[in-house]
Amino acid sequence: MKYRIFPLSENALTIEFGNEISPDLNDRAMTVADAIADAGLPGLIEASPAYSSVTVFYDLSAVKRASAGMTAFAFLSSAIDSIVRKARKAGRAVEKTVEIPLRIGKEFSLDLEYIASERGVSPDEVIEIFLSRTYRVYMLGFLPGFAYMGDVDERIATGRRATPRLKVPKGSVAIAGRQTGIYPFESPGGWQVIGRTSLEMFEPSKKNPCRVEPGDGVRFVIE
Amino acid sequence: MGMLIKKAGILTTVQDLGREGYSRLGINPGGVLDRAAARLLNVLVGNEEGAALIETHFPAVEVQFDSKCEIAVGGADLTPCINGREVSNWTVHTIAKGDVLKFRAKRLGNRAYIAVSGGVKVPEWLGSSSTNLRAVAGGFDGRRLVAGDAVKIGRCGNTKSLQGKAISHSLRPCYGGFPKVRVIDGGESFLLSKDTRKTFTTSPFKVTPESDRMGFRLSGPKLPMKKNYEMVTSAAAFGTVQLLPDGQLVVLMADHQTTGGYPRIATLISADLPLLAQLGPGDKLTFDFVTIDEAESLSLDFERDLNLLKLALNAR
Repeated sequence: MKYRIFPLSENALTIEFGNEISPDLNDRAMTVADAIADAGLPGLIEASPAYSSVTVFYDLSAVKRASAGMTAFAFLSSAIDSIVRKARKAGRAVEKTVEIPLRIGKEFSLDLEYIASERGVSPDEVIEIFLSRTYRVYMLGFLPGFAYMGDVDERIATGRRATPRLKVPKGSVAIAGRQTGIYPFESPGGWQVIGRTSLEMFEPSKKNPCRVEPGDGVRFVIE
Repeated sequence: MGMLIKKAGILTTVQDLGREGYSRLGINPGGVLDRAAARLLNVLVGNEEGAALIETHFPAVEVQFDSKCEIAVGGADLTPCINGREVSNWTVHTIAKGDVLKFRAKRLGNRAYIAVSGGVKVPEWLGSSSTNLRAVAGGFDGRRLVAGDAVKIGRCGNTKSLQGKAISHSLRPCYGGFPKVRVIDGGESFLLSKDTRKTFTTSPFKVTPESDRMGFRLSGPKLPMKKNYEMVTSAAAFGTVQLLPDGQLVVLMADHQTTGGYPRIATLISADLPLLAQLGPGDKLTFDFVTIDEAESLSLDFERDLNLLKLALNAR
């Protein structure tokens, strides 16, 4: 299994398994991230999975103390090579499945008509197709609590807006290509909005501030 | 014990060194733009180097202290004045109840720090006092400070006065108007041809007005990519240099998002981040590649200097 490791900074390195959105690569990323977190590496701060990569954040001084003559980067790369070799190959079970209530209507479904006409499908069919899958949470990024989910059915997949909105309403459920996401709060954004959820996706006061996390499954239901 | 904000200035926030460990939740670490200044000033006033302090841009904040305490200001030289009298940067000053601190004029650099013995006290969020403006969480109610805000200060733990203690010139960051900043290769450096790499390291780049705590947008010669490359969203760091579709560059700064989709052609070394952090619109810089070995060494040099400073200040 191929991968490359490169420095993201002096305090972080990235292990890249590929450059595509695929459940297999994502499984690999999450499995390796977990294995790294459990490996007792010196100076480890976090091992964070993305679509097809894992980024390991560390305390440079602490790693350097353990690394003898090598750079911290070389030392950790070597340790990670062992971990990747030994990591489980099998697919992952879904962590938990979260149901998200979805509101449809003129007020919420800002780009539904556009998607429908672009793809030659009625708005009702777009929604029906959208609701029919359980989506994988590939990763969180862009905003606190913003989950990149997939894979959206080819029949309704639509690229980003040519001009992003300055303000996407909080809770907006949107599509970009075969990805779907929910804006946890109002933000600029370029994804195609098909509806809105009233569910809080990000609550800083809670112990677990994010409603969904990498590895979860998500289903949408009409509210 | 605390300070009253009399004038907020253009952007004044409570910051520390950020909250690490939550990238997988999309929660960016945040923190001060100039980590060297913040750490040096905190150590100078007897705090843990990661204590919360005030970051202020120019036009800067004006504060009135409601109790005796000891402070030090530094980072940019914004001509700090206490009760109208100019005072030195990088030096501890004893503050009496009612004293007013303001910043009269920009002389060098663009953002200054106010470190107070005892640290600024705000409820922590995920182990940090930094303000996440986007999430409206952390710091002072998750927002910038405004006139009328009363910011609490922690109890000063120093056993004696540090009045007059100063950071020597050799330890202060070498802010300059046209710095050379060193970088290491980024994840997508392979997209640069030899010629483009040469252009990148021999041309001046200018900081544009479209620059803020999230990122500094630069303008300079267009840098073409060797081939079309659609990057899948992956991690980004403070100091990541992104190459945009229009051939221009963005350097991600303290409030960067955890991930990005633009090619990462270089990363600033942490030793030189403060130099970039103190630049403002119109300022120019050049880039130079170094190895990860050199980058690590330079970072550890600063750690060593900071430790020596702590020893020197403690050995009074």
